[in-house]
Amino acid sequence: MPRINFRSTVLGSTALAVGVLLSSAAFAEDVTLTIESWRNDDLPIWQEKIIPAFEKANPGIKVVFSPTAPTEYNAALNTKLDAGTAGDLITCRPFDASLELFKKGHLTSVNDIAGMDTFNAVAKSAWSTDDGATTFCVPMASVIHGFIYNKDAFAKVGVEVPKTEEEFFAALDKIKKEGTYVPMAMGTADQWEAATMGYQNIGPNYWHGEDGRKALIAGKEKLTDADWVAPYQTLARWADYLGDGFKAQTYPDSQNMFALGRAAIYPAGSWDISVFNTQAEFKMGAFYPPVKKDGDTCYISDHADIAMGANAKSAHPEETKKFLAWLTSADFADIYANSLPGFFSLSSHEVKLQDPLAQEFVNWRGACKTTIRSTYQILSRGTPNLENETWGASANVINGSETPEVAAKRLQDGLDSWYKPAP
Amino acid sequence: MSEPVHIRRPRRWHIAVFLAPALAVYTTLMVIPLVETLRLSLFTEQDQVRSFVGLGNFITLFGDPRWAQAFWNALLNNIEFFSIHMAVQNPVGIALAALLSVPRLRGRAAYRTTLFMPTMLSFVVIGFIWKLILSPLWGVTPSIMAAIGLKSLFGPWLGQEDTALIAVSLVSVWQYIGIPMMLIYAALLSIPEEVIEAAECDGVVGVAQFWKIKLPLILPAIGLISVLTFVANFNAFDLIYVSQGALAGPNFATDILGTFLYRTFFGHQLQLGDQHMGATIATVMFLIILSVVAFYLLVIQRRMRRYEF
Repeated sequence: MPRINFRSTVLGSTALAVGVLLSSAAFAEDVTLTIESWRNDDLPIWQEKIIPAFEKANPGIKVVFSPTAPTEYNAALNTKLDAGTAGDLITCRPFDASLELFKKGHLTSVNDIAGMDTFNAVAKSAWSTDDGATTFCVPMASVIHGFIYNKDAFAKVGVEVPKTEEEFFAALDKIKKEGTYVPMAMGTADQWEAATMGYQNIGPNYWHGEDGRKALIAGKEKLTDADWVAPYQTLARWADYLGDGFKAQTYPDSQNMFALGRAAIYPAGSWDISVFNTQAEFKMGAFYPPVKKDGDTCYISDHADIAMGANAKSAHPEETKKFLAWLTSADFADIYANSLPGFFSLSSHEVKLQDPLAQEFVNWRGACKTTIRSTYQILSRGTPNLENETWGASANVINGSETPEVAAKRLQDGLDSWYKPAP
Repeated sequence: MSEPVHIRRPRRWHIAVFLAPALAVYTTLMVIPLVETLRLSLFTEQDQVRSFVGLGNFITLFGDPRWAQAFWNALLNNIEFFSIHMAVQNPVGIALAALLSVPRLRGRAAYRTTLFMPTMLSFVVIGFIWKLILSPLWGVTPSIMAAIGLKSLFGPWLGQEDTALIAVSLVSVWQYIGIPMMLIYAALLSIPEEVIEAAECDGVVGVAQFWKIKLPLILPAIGLISVLTFVANFNAFDLIYVSQGALAGPNFATDILGTFLYRTFFGHQLQLGDQHMGATIATVMFLIILSVVAFYLLVIQRRMRRYEF
């Protein structure tokens, strides 16, 4: 018996292999492009909406979306590129991670792609060389930070949308006292959640957006200055309003906690909108980070987050360019922004958003001054890496294992150890 | 008297022929990568140009306060990780094996399989399950502890600096307890009946029999398990990565050499990978493991008394 089984297995697998060879030969005229990405949440949208739209307009080109887990993407991509096994299209992280890929010759220039003029200099800055001469990825979208709240919870407890920091903490106190809802859904276990949804969310109001960010890069301001320590002091106060055991609460835990209606306020990145739209059964609203005093200018983080470039070693450079050119079109801007509410197009095409919550986020662009995350440009080039250190510092400050002043000092010392601002 | 006969021995080609496949595979898969790693640690790269720096990377690792702090933190955590395994996994494993080898035990196969089961599960599954079990939000631990009135003792163990490493270590112990249990169980079964009978005639029975007769006889197996535990623990990475992430939080409280190596070699988020410093850490790990294993093999194992039956 075992011998017969073995033989039939061998025969079966041989037949299968021959079949695969034949079928791939039959489609040889179609070129297949592979996209490397960290957006594994978006897999269905790429497969069902974006790729079919492109394939319809460009017969003969097939596209495969092949994402990696977000935390592993950079490491996996670097390894694949070095080994020459990466896909044709590379989803670009903003700033240095992609700049490094371009310098190593893994990415090609996209200056000559038709339609690049629909992006302004700010949009392109995250994927250009320091002198701005060469752009190497086609900007796709930015993400905006703010707070999403449970409208039903606010109505039940009887709190208004807070405009100032004082009102914000008063609202949290009231929700806590009432007791039905956890005031705020955030955890510190994943660390980046505390840094991105916490520090980079409320921070721009303290360091005055672009002014502070540029002054920090120029060396005119320090992380130990009052404007940079203050967001940590505010973050430390959040600890009282987070759920039980927030120290072991991960990002998916926080998402679930809010989506299940257990929490009233969720410090958000706009990318969360699409997740909550499918899961939450209550009405949601959003507000931008509360300002210090009524009437202060508000600042929001509108962070250039995602772009796409071409692998220099792609076997199909022409088709890859075609895809990139399509990314600059109004068609793509519309499909992308509407199928992924929370990712806002960086192009100059007029896009009408159907999602009210996403529209609320994008309206802030008119009311507030925008900036990008403070740690991304230039300041995370060395070791220790300021972005990674900021994760730790934000989590520590909320956990109470480091005071805001000590954390700020540690970050500035780390930065000083390798970064010398141009005089 | 006769002349000593010189028989010309034929060259024994077959030895080389039979060794060749294994040697070739071992060289390509183990020796070359190892040598390449050691070589990589002597170089550095600046603006895509690779240059030789000798022991420069090692000087950075031990001399630069930031690198040194991260390294010693990882090493101390790793020692604690290992100590917990030695203090919990191996004694409990031995105790379980001793219980399993009790002759009148019913359902032995069932116990054996159940206790060995976690070892066969993927670390991804283990990490995920325990993260859920211990979750303060959805986990069963808080509700079970509340049911027996111990709710106040519960904490977000995986998220607190002082408990995270212990919690992860105990999960790892839970996972791998089957290995010492099985090895010791096999060693206990190989003790000849006559020795046990002789002991019984002399009135050494029960617990005393275990301490005075069986334990000395399985000592070499225990030594072997300790070495295996050491090597596995100092190469550990997977469980911490799955349950705590590459940053080994909170605040690097669960960072061990494996996660430190991973972060350095492959990079993390905006931090780009540094092959050369990564290789330096890998080399140090290799030397630590090599020296301890060599010490065990050359010093301890030679002095261990073995009994031949």
